[in-house]
Amino acid sequence: MSCIIHRPNTIFPGILRKSRVEFKRHHFSFPSIFIYGHTASGKTYVTQTLLRSLELPHVFVNCVECFTLRLLLEQILNKLNHLSSSEGECSAHITCETFNDFVRLFKQKITEAENLKDQTVYIVLDKAEYLRDMEANLLPGFLRLQELTDRNVTVIFLSEIVWEKFRPNTGCFEPFVLYFPDYSIGNLQKILSHDHPPEYSADFYAAYINILLGVFYTVCRDLKELRHLAVLNFPKYCEPVVKGEAGERDTRKLWRNIEPHLKKAMQTVYLREISSSQWEKLQKDDTDPGQLKGLSAYTHVELPYYSKFILIAAYLASYNPTRTDKRFFLKHHGKIKKTNFLKKHEKTSNHLLGPKPFPLDRLLAILYSIVDSRVAPTANIFSQVSLMIGLEYVVYRFLFDLDSDS
Amino acid sequence: MMTSVYSKDYFNKGKNASEDSKLRFESYQLIWQQMKSETERLQEELNKNLFDSLIEFLQTSHSGLRKNSNDWSCQIKLREIPTAALVLGVNVTDHDLTLRSLTEVLQNNVTPYVVSLQAKDCPDMKHFLQKLVSQLMDCKVDVHSKEKESDRVTQKNVHYSMDCLSAWYMSVTQKADPTMLRKRRTSSWQGQAPPVVLILKDMESFATKVLQDFIIISSQHLHEFPLILIFGIATSPVVIHRLLPHAVSSLLCIELFQSLSCKDHLTTVLDKLLLTTQFPFKLSEKVLQTLTNIFLYHDFSIQNFIKGLQLSLLEHFYSQPLSVLCCNLPEAKRRIRFLSANQCENIRRLPSFRRYVEKQSSEKQVALLTSDKSLKEETQSLLENLHVYHAKYFLVLRCLHHFTSSLPKYPLGRQIRELYCMCLEKNIWDSEEYASVLQLLRLLAKDELMVMLQNCLKVFQSSSAKELGNTAKKIEEFLAQFQSLDETKEEAEASQSQSRGLQKTDLYHLQKSLLEMKELRSTSKKQTRFEVLREQVVSFVDSLAREYLLPPDTQPLHEALYFSSALALRQHLNAAPRVALHTALNNPYHYLKNEALKSEEGCIPNVAPDICIAYKLHLECSRLINLVDWSEAFATVVTAAEKMDANSVTSEERNEIIHARFIRAVSELELLGFIKPTKQKTDHVARLTWGGC
Repeated sequence: MSCIIHRPNTIFPGILRKSRVEFKRHHFSFPSIFIYGHTASGKTYVTQTLLRSLELPHVFVNCVECFTLRLLLEQILNKLNHLSSSEGECSAHITCETFNDFVRLFKQKITEAENLKDQTVYIVLDKAEYLRDMEANLLPGFLRLQELTDRNVTVIFLSEIVWEKFRPNTGCFEPFVLYFPDYSIGNLQKILSHDHPPEYSADFYAAYINILLGVFYTVCRDLKELRHLAVLNFPKYCEPVVKGEAGERDTRKLWRNIEPHLKKAMQTVYLREISSSQWEKLQKDDTDPGQLKGLSAYTHVELPYYSKFILIAAYLASYNPTRTDKRFFLKHHGKIKKTNFLKKHEKTSNHLLGPKPFPLDRLLAILYSIVDSRVAPTANIFSQVSLMIGLEYVVYRFLFDLDSDS
Repeated sequence: MMTSVYSKDYFNKGKNASEDSKLRFESYQLIWQQMKSETERLQEELNKNLFDSLIEFLQTSHSGLRKNSNDWSCQIKLREIPTAALVLGVNVTDHDLTLRSLTEVLQNNVTPYVVSLQAKDCPDMKHFLQKLVSQLMDCKVDVHSKEKESDRVTQKNVHYSMDCLSAWYMSVTQKADPTMLRKRRTSSWQGQAPPVVLILKDMESFATKVLQDFIIISSQHLHEFPLILIFGIATSPVVIHRLLPHAVSSLLCIELFQSLSCKDHLTTVLDKLLLTTQFPFKLSEKVLQTLTNIFLYHDFSIQNFIKGLQLSLLEHFYSQPLSVLCCNLPEAKRRIRFLSANQCENIRRLPSFRRYVEKQSSEKQVALLTSDKSLKEETQSLLENLHVYHAKYFLVLRCLHHFTSSLPKYPLGRQIRELYCMCLEKNIWDSEEYASVLQLLRLLAKDELMVMLQNCLKVFQSSSAKELGNTAKKIEEFLAQFQSLDETKEEAEASQSQSRGLQKTDLYHLQKSLLEMKELRSTSKKQTRFEVLREQVVSFVDSLAREYLLPPDTQPLHEALYFSSALALRQHLNAAPRVALHTALNNPYHYLKNEALKSEEGCIPNVAPDICIAYKLHLECSRLINLVDWSEAFATVVTAAEKMDANSVTSEERNEIIHARFIRAVSELELLGFIKPTKQKTDHVARLTWGGC
């Protein structure tokens, strides 16, 4: 794991600046740092390694897990508690309901702890975009936590979204923003080549990674996913070597062997149509992956007779204007002038405008008229309508239904 | 059980003691118990394949990852959450039962920690985890009951988070390890903690965000908290991709499992419950049709079908006094001996029995109608005949089904239930479809015919009925003849082609002889041996059907075994709330049974309940109803009724009372959803229904 980023300081010049901050330990550091970049561009990893290797006191919290304010604050405080207290002695669980309490308790903790006195404490909030959905005072509060607590603390936000989308309307303290750029293909190549298996030489694995990136780089730049795919398909790549049909340097032969296989993987495993374990099993048995149907192959759904008609009725009701019902569904609808029948705005295809809401009564009326035999409005029919809503074929909206797809 | 005592009383209430109502109730319970256990057994059998593969998946998924955790590839590979996508079909009502038995099976075989969640319980992450945690703790309590009590009290105040969940899991598994190991030595979890299985009952209805967040969180905790997900899917597995973006679904290792189609399930249930001599109880054509229609048109639910079957069973034993004879043959014979005079009279009154008596000689007629003893004897033999008739009937039905089920366009239906319905209804050989079946059979090729015959042979051989032994022998003969046909046929062809061989002639003669041959072929073509044989087979099938597939209403005493009141069933199963409401309001006599309310069609009796009067008046209005007019009309009708006796109170007071009654009636109608307030016009309400007047 140690080689995701070979030389972090060269790849991310921003880190240099940050470590410059580190030197002045006795002074207050910058109150908040905002780091953003795409998935798997090393934000979390760099931060964590840096904090760990420099042995800085830090608290690492993932915001997805803390779906309430209380959870988040308590987690920070408890971890801080662990940090300050020496090993073995475990103090009681801290409860904290509001940000105000948090600031108070935080201050208290820092002053109590001997080992934190002259250091900057770092609070890392991973997946910070979740903070936006929580209480409004949270984000500005964290941004100026240093000021509020008057302690030497830095809050680091990690996010996949740019800072501009975070900034509250009321204004706030501007953090120091760092951007982690995506890895280039060269970087990916270098990083992926690092975890070569012990049985094979690094060059051999590097050649494999090269082929892999050639296939997948256009669709996927997620490092984690690429590593996963690399491991999954590596046995297939080695196959000719193991069998003795080709040497490790026989790149061309190996390429011919693996390329169609990788393309197939792109259509199946990558999209999670077939699970990784199934894919491995297929590789082991050496069967054709085409035999195994992916998830999307099972689109056929069997529905009861009336359910089908309910869906059709919902579809008709959502795409036809109400005025046309009489014309379409009544036998003796009288004459309608053809020329001005449709108003101008109705001439654009309704499918472009999307489905429209309709009352339940209209749905049932259309249903009765499109089913050949007489349908009694029984409880069964009603329960079927509610079933269709449950299955998300029809979306319930206030007193109206809206058909989504059929 | 409380209910059974109560229902027994209900069975007896208002019944003549001589009609064996107690005995009937007992035999109902007996048959229902048998049927129920049979359906449960069937269910288990049908689910077995699915469950076995699921268990295998669950057992291998986590252990496989742990076994070689030192391996190079396992260190780098993503840890995916093993996920089983369980496609259960749209019959949502059945899912509960399936999932419940799945839970049971998993608890016995894989892990004690099985939790199932429903979408409606988990509107957000907090509730989701809360439910999960509380259910998990309950699982735990099952394992060792008491020591946890004190812990649970403290747990209540803790905020639920994944951290505390995995901490709990660690503590539990470590504590329980020694006992666990002893307990499930056979399972594959030796030396490692059992996983936690989470079943999401209705995947489609879960909020996307909750699901996504939960998967992200739990994938981060997968190392401490080995989770396995089972998605219960009603529609198609594509919903997984619709609900979860790629970033999330890449955290899952999804494998698909498909349950048996519910139509196949129905076929098996029918096969094992109705198309068998095991249970004496039978359904008439109309009832069976009603039940299958509800199934096919409405819900695809096996549970509902079985409920319907239970209802018809209950109705049968409740309403038909002679249903006391609906039990196995020896028991029925014993019961006949103890029939009361009243019951004997009931037998004589049966239409089928009367028809039977009319056909007998006059002395016998007298004996049957006057002497209970000879009646009982005759009934015994008739009942025995009926049982024998059934035994043969189902064999021949299956045999015929083998012949008809693979014909093009399925003139007699693809499923055996369709064929059964037709046979129940009338003489099958009179129908057009049957004629076309015979036509089609006459066109079959040899190998198709042989496959059918072999299938039939299997049917006959599998049964123990000796009566149809001859038939089986006959089929064997046919098969042998077909086989021998191969050799002789070649010879015949050879000779034919020789005779047909054309000599060298001029063009005119050639044309002439060709024409002749053509005519010969079209008109008086000589039948080959195969065709003769095929004709024989067809007529054999035909004779079988004519002999044994007589509709049950031709059999005397069939009323004792067949339930035929489809109307009662439909009333109970296919409730029509709107119609009932309309009847109640439009014709109060229908439910209240008060003579004063009796009236002709279309007019309002003055003394009807207020809401009925208001309803009737509102039917005559258009979409918007003027409240003032309505109230005046209401007052007119009501005062007309009360003129004679209401002189004591002053008119003003009375008007106020009437006004209050009107307002109450209107608000009741609003509650029932017939009208609603509108802002389009002042003092108006809008009608929510149309038609009616």
